[in-house]
Amino acid sequence: MCQHVESTEINCLLCKNVRLLICLCSPFRCRSLPAQRKIYMRSPPIPEMATQEVQLNETLAHLKTESETLKSKLEEERAKLHDVELHQVAEKVEGLGQFVMKTRRTLKGHGNKVLCMDWCKDKRRIVSSSQDGKVIVWDAFTTNKEHAVTMPCTWVMACAYAPSGCAVACGGLDNKCSVYPLSLDKNENLAAKKKSVAMHTNYLSACSFTNSDMQILTSSGDGTCALWDVESGQLLQSFHGHAADVLCLDLAPSETGNTFVSGGCDKKANVWDMRSGQCIQSFETHESDINSVRYYPSGDAFASGSDDATCRLYDLRADREVAIYSKESIIFGVSSVDFSLSGRLLFGGYNDYTINVWDVLKGTRVSILFGHENRVSTLRVSPDGTAFCTGSWDHTLRIWA
Amino acid sequence: MTINTLAKGGWYREQMTCFRKMEKVIVAMQDPDMGMKMRNQRLLITVIPHAMTGRDVIDWLIQKYNICEEEALHVGGMLVRYGYIYPLKEPRSLVLRADETPYRFQTPYFWTSTRWPASELDYAIYLAKKNIRKQGELMEYEKERYSLLHKRINHTWDFVVMQAREQLRASKQRRKADRIVLECQEQAYWLINRPPPGAHNVLDMGLEKPNNFSLRVTLNSDYYKREIESCRRALGRNRVKSSICLEGFVKFSEQYQNHDPIMQGCLPSNPWISDDTAHWTMNSEIVPVPTRLRVERWSFSFMELLNDPIGRREFMTYLEKEFSAENLCFWQACEDIRHGESSKIIQKVEDVYKNFLAPGAARWVNIDSKTMDKTLEGIKHPHRFVMDDAQLHIYFLMKKDSYPRYLKSDLYKNMLAKAIVPQETKKSVFPFMRRQRHSSPSPAQAVTQVTEEDGRAMGAGKAGTNSAAGSHV
Repeated sequence: MCQHVESTEINCLLCKNVRLLICLCSPFRCRSLPAQRKIYMRSPPIPEMATQEVQLNETLAHLKTESETLKSKLEEERAKLHDVELHQVAEKVEGLGQFVMKTRRTLKGHGNKVLCMDWCKDKRRIVSSSQDGKVIVWDAFTTNKEHAVTMPCTWVMACAYAPSGCAVACGGLDNKCSVYPLSLDKNENLAAKKKSVAMHTNYLSACSFTNSDMQILTSSGDGTCALWDVESGQLLQSFHGHAADVLCLDLAPSETGNTFVSGGCDKKANVWDMRSGQCIQSFETHESDINSVRYYPSGDAFASGSDDATCRLYDLRADREVAIYSKESIIFGVSSVDFSLSGRLLFGGYNDYTINVWDVLKGTRVSILFGHENRVSTLRVSPDGTAFCTGSWDHTLRIWA
Repeated sequence: MTINTLAKGGWYREQMTCFRKMEKVIVAMQDPDMGMKMRNQRLLITVIPHAMTGRDVIDWLIQKYNICEEEALHVGGMLVRYGYIYPLKEPRSLVLRADETPYRFQTPYFWTSTRWPASELDYAIYLAKKNIRKQGELMEYEKERYSLLHKRINHTWDFVVMQAREQLRASKQRRKADRIVLECQEQAYWLINRPPPGAHNVLDMGLEKPNNFSLRVTLNSDYYKREIESCRRALGRNRVKSSICLEGFVKFSEQYQNHDPIMQGCLPSNPWISDDTAHWTMNSEIVPVPTRLRVERWSFSFMELLNDPIGRREFMTYLEKEFSAENLCFWQACEDIRHGESSKIIQKVEDVYKNFLAPGAARWVNIDSKTMDKTLEGIKHPHRFVMDDAQLHIYFLMKKDSYPRYLKSDLYKNMLAKAIVPQETKKSVFPFMRRQRHSSPSPAQAVTQVTEEDGRAMGAGKAGTNSAAGSHV
């Protein structure tokens, strides 16, 4: 035993009233999970319970093995139809020339880390949210602030602009998603008209309106995603399947408009059917938390950015990962990704304060952009593809073109 | 103590991954064969061995990773910020300079990852040492922290002072050069783990993601059963060969390349670069004459045509000529049900039935009997998705039949012919003649004027345009 042993009583989330002996050197792990039973209990377990427990353990271990076997079989099946790599197919495509993108606007006004932003359909307005609870609507072209709301919570990690441009949704540590209609009366207190729509049991990590102002899709630290009716606040559908916090989501631009993808701390990216609530496809190739997912413009694929410092492209028809965008000199994780309008370029905002631009087809890095003085937390390309906006922990937002 | 203070969850995982990667770089830098050449550096009157210059670091990074100078400066800079390399001359300035400034590798004992997070006890001992060694050597902020710590861990203060004295005594027995080096290293460690107020805190991890994998969702038999079920379903699904899928990406990117402003620029100019909003004015939702690129895009896919308000209007006109406009109207009404207010669903479904599905309806749509039966059955208990099958049927009908014919029609060809191709604006010759940045009316304002204008559902709640005020072109 090392010198950092501390014997203390802790309320475990799973089984209350268990005294755990912990060494502070190693990461804390609740030892009450059936598979890792090493509990120090006040009283010995009752004999009948013990045999039941043993049976349960065996069934669980059996199920776990079966699950793992099926997963490797699935990977085998997926690999069978993989007859060519993306960069091979892209050999005939013309390479990209010198890439010059600069900061064209800097939006200053947040007093703390900018956590999230979204574009308005009018291609020039944006909404941004920050750690201090402020949500600001800007005309990014003139850099004027048009509206400001102070949320009752800190860490507003999610914000979204309504398709009509008449409202914004935001949420974070309050576990809720609230919708604020944008009034033009400068004197009117926006907070007065606030509407609480979503209710989760943990922090809100992302939110997005569907095709209209009437429905919102949310993802949360409680491991679920949910679809809500804005008017009534009613839960329309919930999506269970992630084993840990869900950090991001994106709606598919498909003809039938019924699916979305989510990524989480369990390293999985799941594609869901909005009608049935079922997970229709799942991808687990990242080595760490997935911070951002974004559909390819055609809707046939999506990209993901993760703490493992890579971006990956997953094809939905081939049902597999088809490209990895990484470089040895890139050490820090990706916080957000987005495609240019044609899908040829993938922009990634990284935790080392930079933006890396990738050639999606050839798999090479086209450019690295400097400018932010702290990590880039959010990145979105404008609706008409003329520019992209980044938000950073250095309290600013930048428009690049 | 509660779980959350002890649980090393999200950011621990995230940060440790980065630390490990940086450490690999550092180890590679010190490799006897492929690493950097080190030399002795003079610091005042002492000679410090095994030091290198900033220039050395950058050159090594450029060579190893095949990157440009700017990126090497950035990567090296991160190594300095995280304390793996520290400057000898100006210890408080954690910046990598691309010149002869001397740097040294931090000893693994003082790597942030070795004892993380840094403990209050250790910090107290460090400050105590500084205080004892030379009265008045503590900086203002250090004095404040020292007294705060004194209050907070008062019960162990004797231990702190004793440890500090012990360590000072031990260090006096070292050679001067070693002592200076150790002091530098320790100082560098604390500059990072307890940065001065106002300095960039590189270890600021933000919000702890309180969840730690299996804590949130119990990995019980239900979870595994779900996993097994979804694996089985996935095994049964149809997959497409990679060569076909990937070819699709190449085609898509090629097709849209001219329409991608970041790739090809946009006409007359990119508003963000030239400060001229002409591009937006010309491409507003509703304009008298759309641009060429925009009309071309309608031919890329049926969805592109429908997503564009002008395109949709043109298509409606065409369908009216063909006497099949009820298809598009039906599709729009279904969209309205799917995305509209929950409270209006029942009424809307009834209207749709009356107008489009009932026998003898004014705008009866032609759906196959199986889908019709299923839909009529569903209407008895109307819900948001009750029209989905019928809507899909009509959508594909239009896509396979009317849409291709529209593209070949005179209506479309005329649209294409009279479409505008904007002139590319030459960049301003005189940089000081900055164009005015005009503001545009907020969509929220426009909607109060437009609202009930367009009875036909153009998708729920689409706002007006921003063409009005900004026209100064």
